[in-house]
Amino acid sequence: MDVIVTDNGFSTDTWSAETTLSISSETDPESLTLPNDIQRVVITFPNFADGRGFTLARLLRLRGYSGALRAKGPIISDQYAMARRSGFDEIAISQAQAVRQPEHDWLFRSNWTAHSYQSRLQASG
Amino acid sequence: MYQYNGFDTAFLKQRNLQFRDQVQRRISGALSEEEFKPLRLMNGLYLQLHAYMLRVAIPYGTLNSAQMTALASIAEKWDKGYGHFTTRQNIQFNWPKLQDVPDILDALSEVDMHAIQTSGNTIRNVTADHFAGAAADEIEDPRPYAELLRQWSTDHPEFQFMPRKFKIAVSGSAKDRAVTRAHDIGLLLKKRGAEIGFEVIIGGGLGRTPMIGKTLCDFLPKSDLLPYVEAIVSVWNLLGRRDNKYKSRIKITLHENGLQEIQRLVAKRFSELRPQFKGQDQTLLNALKNAFKAPAWIDAPTATFHENYAKYPNFKSWVDINTSPHRNNDYAIATVSLKTPGQTPGDASSAQMRVIADLAKSYSHDELRISHAQNIVLPHVHKSHLFALYNGLYPAGLATANAGLISDIIACPGMDYCALATARSIPIAQEIALRFKALKLEHDIGPLQIKISGCINACGHHHVGHIGILGLDRAGVENYQITLGGDATETATIGERAGPGFDASTIVSAIERVVLTYLDLRLSNRETFLQTFRRVGAPPFKEALYPGGNEGKTAA
Amino acid sequence: MPRKSYIKVITANALLSGDVIYLNANGGWTRQHLNAKIFHEQKDAQAALDAATAHTSDVVGAYLADFIDADAGPKPAHFREAFRTKGPGNYFHGKQAEAKNVSV
Repeated sequence: MDVIVTDNGFSTDTWSAETTLSISSETDPESLTLPNDIQRVVITFPNFADGRGFTLARLLRLRGYSGALRAKGPIISDQYAMARRSGFDEIAISQAQAVRQPEHDWLFRSNWTAHSYQSRLQASG
Repeated sequence: MYQYNGFDTAFLKQRNLQFRDQVQRRISGALSEEEFKPLRLMNGLYLQLHAYMLRVAIPYGTLNSAQMTALASIAEKWDKGYGHFTTRQNIQFNWPKLQDVPDILDALSEVDMHAIQTSGNTIRNVTADHFAGAAADEIEDPRPYAELLRQWSTDHPEFQFMPRKFKIAVSGSAKDRAVTRAHDIGLLLKKRGAEIGFEVIIGGGLGRTPMIGKTLCDFLPKSDLLPYVEAIVSVWNLLGRRDNKYKSRIKITLHENGLQEIQRLVAKRFSELRPQFKGQDQTLLNALKNAFKAPAWIDAPTATFHENYAKYPNFKSWVDINTSPHRNNDYAIATVSLKTPGQTPGDASSAQMRVIADLAKSYSHDELRISHAQNIVLPHVHKSHLFALYNGLYPAGLATANAGLISDIIACPGMDYCALATARSIPIAQEIALRFKALKLEHDIGPLQIKISGCINACGHHHVGHIGILGLDRAGVENYQITLGGDATETATIGERAGPGFDASTIVSAIERVVLTYLDLRLSNRETFLQTFRRVGAPPFKEALYPGGNEGKTAA
Repeated sequence: MPRKSYIKVITANALLSGDVIYLNANGGWTRQHLNAKIFHEQKDAQAALDAATAHTSDVVGAYLADFIDADAGPKPAHFREAFRTKGPGNYFHGKQAEAKNVSV
């Protein structure tokens, strides 16, 4: 059972497979269309060094997806802010990861809106 | 130059706290090395052959005397009293200890410096023409754009875990001094009628498969710069290969997909991203242009300069070789050579750094540049100050008059320092420089750029050297291959491999044979090595290197 | 020289200082290559390497290096490893400038 990480720390996974659309990091962005009626999307990360999921998340948001978006995989706490800024709402990690990277490590990065050069540059002129 | 504001300072403070925490977690074991490695790389900390190495960013190669002095202090306090300037305009410290690095980063932040994204699969230091803002031939100063790109790329949430590193260079002059055509993205400011925009070149790169970049967009309006660059990186982040690190760079992606397909994908992504930039980037750009405006030129007579020039032959020689035309006729751009024959190319002791910093403050409107050729540039020197500058440089061993000459060698650290290296490069550079000093031919030879890489990664840019040298391991012995006719400028060319390599005891005389062949074949002393090579081709040089031919022969 | 006459040693860099170190016969690490533990069999060397790097430890970048089993002690078989026992050639820095026989 995955541990879910949000700005408030750890919680349990309440999503069911039936109502969730799962997208792999290999997904061709041209075939990345908005899911009909789906309000829960998971992008899976094969390993923490594979940053495609961040761009896929951004594209989903740019294309109008406003439902819940989750990153799932061996993501490390130091990637929390970049995940949130890319458009993810939460991260799903394994129990073992949650032991190695306790809640405190994730909360350390939860002020993800601060110090964002990119947000600053995309503001209105 | 750019001055940090509250946002920049706060960002850096936060970033350093994050890294300090990461170091502590690595030391405590909470982070494995596998997890820590990308984090330390994105903060510029490498593990090298003998020790760690910290690569400090010098954005677009620009710094002031306070920053140079701080680098000298850091070298003294936490390293072994020197630094190495690189082909991407950065500085490297070769002996930091892990537990000291957070303190070093804090010391850097005191002078608005950092080591962010100087390594790892991130967008690296955006480099620019080291004569920017000073060159007589400049269309527009590229550095406001470089600074804009630096801010845009810093801690970009999507682009910290890409297929590989990503390098961007900007040039503001038709004369390309920033090696733009060998970068993942090269941005060339150009005029179209009354308007100034960018030619966007992608897919240049050296290394195992050297390639000259191709034009993706012939004329990009300035206001489209950030979304367009972001579109390119976004497309590549998803498309670039992650299964084979030798095929990950965008040059291979371009090669495998074709220019038209990449143009199509980028255009599509650009149309999605463009609306996200609502004008603040342009407002910031205007503020940046103001930050980079020309200093208040001094108005003074230059008569004594001309007198000294006529009177002191060594000073004359240094002016002729190490200064370049400035947009203000009473000024000159001065190159401080870090290539005294016998010295390690690109190294400066902390004492030398302090001397250069003080001279820059006195005579260059407090501005310095680092050139990709691993020299230091003082961009704004009034001619009346050149003599005092020269006399200040001389006792510090910094007045070697060899800019662009054969002893102005670019060399990577090679196997004396680098864990990736297959051979040493520093001793080869030293021996070649000393040899030609002894032969007293340097001035007669004229412009000749030798570039040496200690492995196939080509950090010494050997592919674009007029003479390139690549150090490899052949059956457990260092072996040096020569390439000829490379060019790093707007007429960019990948050098042609001459033939089998030479060992350390014969490479210098091999280079000598190439140079003597040039002297023999040139039409006049106004025909440079590269011009001669382009006229006569490789055959006479190959004949000189391998008398009697080299078919079937193994390495000399 | 045929590869099978090489022995293996385990070498790495110390986590904090970055110094070049070698696994010694006591399972600890030494800065002196002459005190490195010798492995005659690849599989024994690999097993020891896996054990040394299995959990988060105070060494970085450990790998197996080819050495020669000389009378005076293990000797680097390749110039890269020889450089690692000494330091750079352009300055008198690194191991060549420091005291020997200092354990990590």
